[in-house]
Amino acid sequence: MNLRTIIWKELRERPTAMFVSLLAILLSVTALVAIRNVTVFSEIEVADKLDKLGANVLILPKEASLQDYYAADMQSETIPEELVSELILAQMTGVEAIAPKLCIPTTIHNQKTTLTGILPQSEIQKIASWQGGVLFKKHEGCKAKINLANEKDDSPEALSKRRTLQNLGENDVILGSEFAQATGLKQGEKIQIYDEDFTVLAVLDSTGTVDDSRVFAHLHNVQDLSESGEVVNVIEVMGCCKDVANGLVGDLQSLLPNTKIMTIANVVKTQVSVNQMMTNISYMFLTILVVIGGASMASSTFSNVIERRREIGTLMALGASPKFVTNLFLAKAALLGLAGGIGGYVLGSVLAYFLGPYFADISVQPLPSLAIVAAGIAVFVTLIASYLPARRAANLDPCICFKEV
Amino acid sequence: MMHLESVCKVYRKKKSEVIALHTTTLDIPRGDYVAIIGPSGSGKTTLLSILGAMSAPSKGKIWLDGQSVYDLPIEERAQLRQEKIGFVFQTFNLIPYLTAIENVQIPLALAKQPVEKQRERAEELLEKVGLSDRMNHKPDELSVGQQQRVALARMLANDPEIILADEPTGNLDPETKDQVMSYLEEFNQEGRTIIMVTHDLSAAKCAKRILKLSNGGVCPDETNPLLKTA
Repeated sequence: MNLRTIIWKELRERPTAMFVSLLAILLSVTALVAIRNVTVFSEIEVADKLDKLGANVLILPKEASLQDYYAADMQSETIPEELVSELILAQMTGVEAIAPKLCIPTTIHNQKTTLTGILPQSEIQKIASWQGGVLFKKHEGCKAKINLANEKDDSPEALSKRRTLQNLGENDVILGSEFAQATGLKQGEKIQIYDEDFTVLAVLDSTGTVDDSRVFAHLHNVQDLSESGEVVNVIEVMGCCKDVANGLVGDLQSLLPNTKIMTIANVVKTQVSVNQMMTNISYMFLTILVVIGGASMASSTFSNVIERRREIGTLMALGASPKFVTNLFLAKAALLGLAGGIGGYVLGSVLAYFLGPYFADISVQPLPSLAIVAAGIAVFVTLIASYLPARRAANLDPCICFKEV
Repeated sequence: MMHLESVCKVYRKKKSEVIALHTTTLDIPRGDYVAIIGPSGSGKTTLLSILGAMSAPSKGKIWLDGQSVYDLPIEERAQLRQEKIGFVFQTFNLIPYLTAIENVQIPLALAKQPVEKQRERAEELLEKVGLSDRMNHKPDELSVGQQQRVALARMLANDPEIILADEPTGNLDPETKDQVMSYLEEFNQEGRTIIMVTHDLSAAKCAKRILKLSNGGVCPDETNPLLKTA
């Protein structure tokens, strides 16, 4: 016999009262978990979509217009390449990677094409380390990292999916699928551009965009061959989806006032606004959990104290201290909170699993981390709500045990 | 052993005052058996609450084994009840959702006795009151007499020196009443002090002395040299 036995036996004796105490907490936690679960997977879905799309912010010359997202760099206006250094130095939150590009319309192997100079990530990393900075570590909000080129996976074919690549040699070129097909060039073969010899490093998979007809080379080579100087047509920025929506565009515009900052507004804003709405709803349910669940728990604990006045008086007559009586009610509240939290997590996860594909068109899996959050919040709310009733029980006049109640 | 020094109890509600117990001085030696009688509202239960370290008097002091009870902090007073005082109630006050043995274990659990020891002691006490075959029954599965015997066993759990009984036979049939009175007599013979509040004169006669209360005051009794009314 101990405190736990008394609590457990009392709960079993009054299952209806226990269920009523639990109900508000259980339902609020269920809703909170379900919405949060869908939101998290929706955010992952957005990040995944942006990952497939590659860059989601474009830094263009002020006069540039954006007709086609994939052809943003195909214009005559330019911006200085030194903006890349400014961007690196600024260490802006949400910037995952940058890819400066310069496009030169030309004819290669009797095929009209766009020779696109691109600066590989390895060289951007070098600039960052020369400047004594760490490359783009600031990151907020997003649950999933954007799929960027990196040192572990530096296959040139990744360029078609990620719009950046880790390494590109001075004498290497990468061919778009249409251009390769038209010229019959294959990986490892030699190609002459502006009377210079290059080796075909890779042929990209078909993407269905203007990239298919391009030839990609190192930015500095293209600048030299075209004698255009240290300029680029566009700097593509791979930004964290949430940060893009939360002001990254404005920050970039402030940093680079003589440029035009464009984003794929429809994709980012719509999806992120849905996520934001879901996040707001989950906050709303959190408020409901705190207010309704807490009020319900406080009311049910008050009733329980009134119902058990004689029992409390008897326990005090038998030697129970006020601290013991307080603990009796708080421990019971914590137990109910824990049960409500875990029950709500299970129900919420099941709900999200079945309703996620139906309402948000996404596949949802249970998130174990939410179990800890749900149980923690539910226990916290029930403890706070039960504190006053528990103190009231502890301050009851023990002489009540002599009376008929 | 127990000494009440000019104790009085006044209940105040808004501007009105009710004197529940007039200034009283009283000695109760170890091993005494006192019956407190009087009509309803005469202050019997108030006096019992004060003696049981549950309700502080408005004035005066209560000494138990040389210690001023109400000068102790509330937690220590709870411990004093746990160690030295056992209560018997008119309506038994068993915890309805616990079995007979669990009810008897409560004072032992509050005293933080190990579970094994609790069970052993509870079984021993239930056997003593003739309920070894009803240990796992809940109060509503027991007769009124059996419930009072469980309450007696619970009262004895921590081996108290003082037993405070509030109308212990009030809800019992004559046969069970006799049984309970003989238990109380037995406990007194073991050396425990018994203070019993009762309406029942035949039960009161079992006590060594009778203390009459009327309108919150103790009625003078020449046969009772330890009792004085201020």
